[in-house]
Amino acid sequence: MACEWSAKLDAYVDGELSSSESTALAAHLRECTSCATYALGLVQMKRSIAAAGKRYQPGAEFRGKIQKTIGSKRRRDGSWYWKIVAIPAALVLILSVTVNLYVNREKARRERVYSELTDLHVATLASGSPVDVVSTDRHTVKPWFQGKIPFSFNLPELQGTDFSLVGGRVTYLAQSPGAHLIYRLRQHEISVFIFQDRGDGTAALASTPISRLSFTVESWTKNGLRYFVVGDVGAQDIESLSKLLRDAG
Amino acid sequence: MEVPDQRLSAATFEELALPLFEQLYNFAHWLAQDAAEAEDLVQETYVKALRGFSGFQLGTNFRAWMFRILRNTFLTSRTGLKSTVVSDEEIETIPSAAPNPETVLIERANREMVRQGLTELPVPFREILLLCEVEEMSYEEIAQVLTIPVGTVMSRLFRARRALRSLLVEKFKGVQNGV
Ligand SMILES: [Zn+2]
Repeated sequence: MACEWSAKLDAYVDGELSSSESTALAAHLRECTSCATYALGLVQMKRSIAAAGKRYQPGAEFRGKIQKTIGSKRRRDGSWYWKIVAIPAALVLILSVTVNLYVNREKARRERVYSELTDLHVATLASGSPVDVVSTDRHTVKPWFQGKIPFSFNLPELQGTDFSLVGGRVTYLAQSPGAHLIYRLRQHEISVFIFQDRGDGTAALASTPISRLSFTVESWTKNGLRYFVVGDVGAQDIESLSKLLRDAG
Repeated sequence: MEVPDQRLSAATFEELALPLFEQLYNFAHWLAQDAAEAEDLVQETYVKALRGFSGFQLGTNFRAWMFRILRNTFLTSRTGLKSTVVSDEEIETIPSAAPNPETVLIERANREMVRQGLTELPVPFREILLLCEVEEMSYEEIAQVLTIPVGTVMSRLFRARRALRSLLVEKFKGVQNGV
């Protein structure tokens, strides 16, 4: 861990670096095995804690009790402490807080999905064995996922294009399993992620290629599946692979 | 139509605070390690927050504010007083192992192992990991909850991850050796 970047890796995976630093570090990760390995470990640890940490559920009875504490009952009581809250302040509060909550949540969620996918992309390529099924043949790769993920998908014929299939692996986004396929274009690897579309507003994600850090991401839904294409190639290349996938799906 | 002021304010508080109920409960249970105590903590948090809502500053992060009340309530509870005999300065000196090269380990470590690891961590490490990964708070929000500078958030988080990693390495070795 002698690398000068190593001290920034935690902040990087936590999404706390400035965009210029993130871009530089993302580029560095493609060249530095020690940083990439450490970043991969961090990403895995973050996911494990997130999954393991959501553990305790309050009972319905207790929820009712809390609702009574803060809800209508107090209101009917005409409790004294509300009288000191001025209306204008409260109105501004409602607006600013709810709007900010919404905007931040949306932004955070979108950012999170993209950063999780770009992290996965980088981490997977940095790991010793990026794919679990190694094949350039879509007829081998597609059935390999059977029984490993709760849906099936179609992959495009690549003959006559510059793209080639490297292989695939099972991956997770917010605890739901999906397919991670790796394609190659010239010297570049491109990740294709396929998940079930949970209709949770992921529709807000870009349908035209957007650039995030040094990566271009394109996303769309088709037949109940959500696709993400992530790579460090230009928007045009991402779009052509996306078109091939759309036509096949 | 005129809305009586009490009603508007109560509705505001309820609208803001109720969606945090499950998160607060989960955090409380992790801190206290006991269901009944977690309920007491959450109940007290809501009562305190409701009472202090008029003093809540515009532009302040409401969620961080609620979590801060919960955490302070815990720190002054009997379990909290027992678990946090270490000061903020002392936490920075808790030894933790250097990063382990076996990074794939975490992926292989199962969820139960990670849960056990989190439970065994000292409260300052446990809480910061939960706020960062489960609540997905920014460093700034965490700083508000824990009332520490952002720089301290970074160093403590770093140490907490190291500490958890070394705990998991121990557990994983134990499993592999058939213990
Ligand atoms: Zn490096």
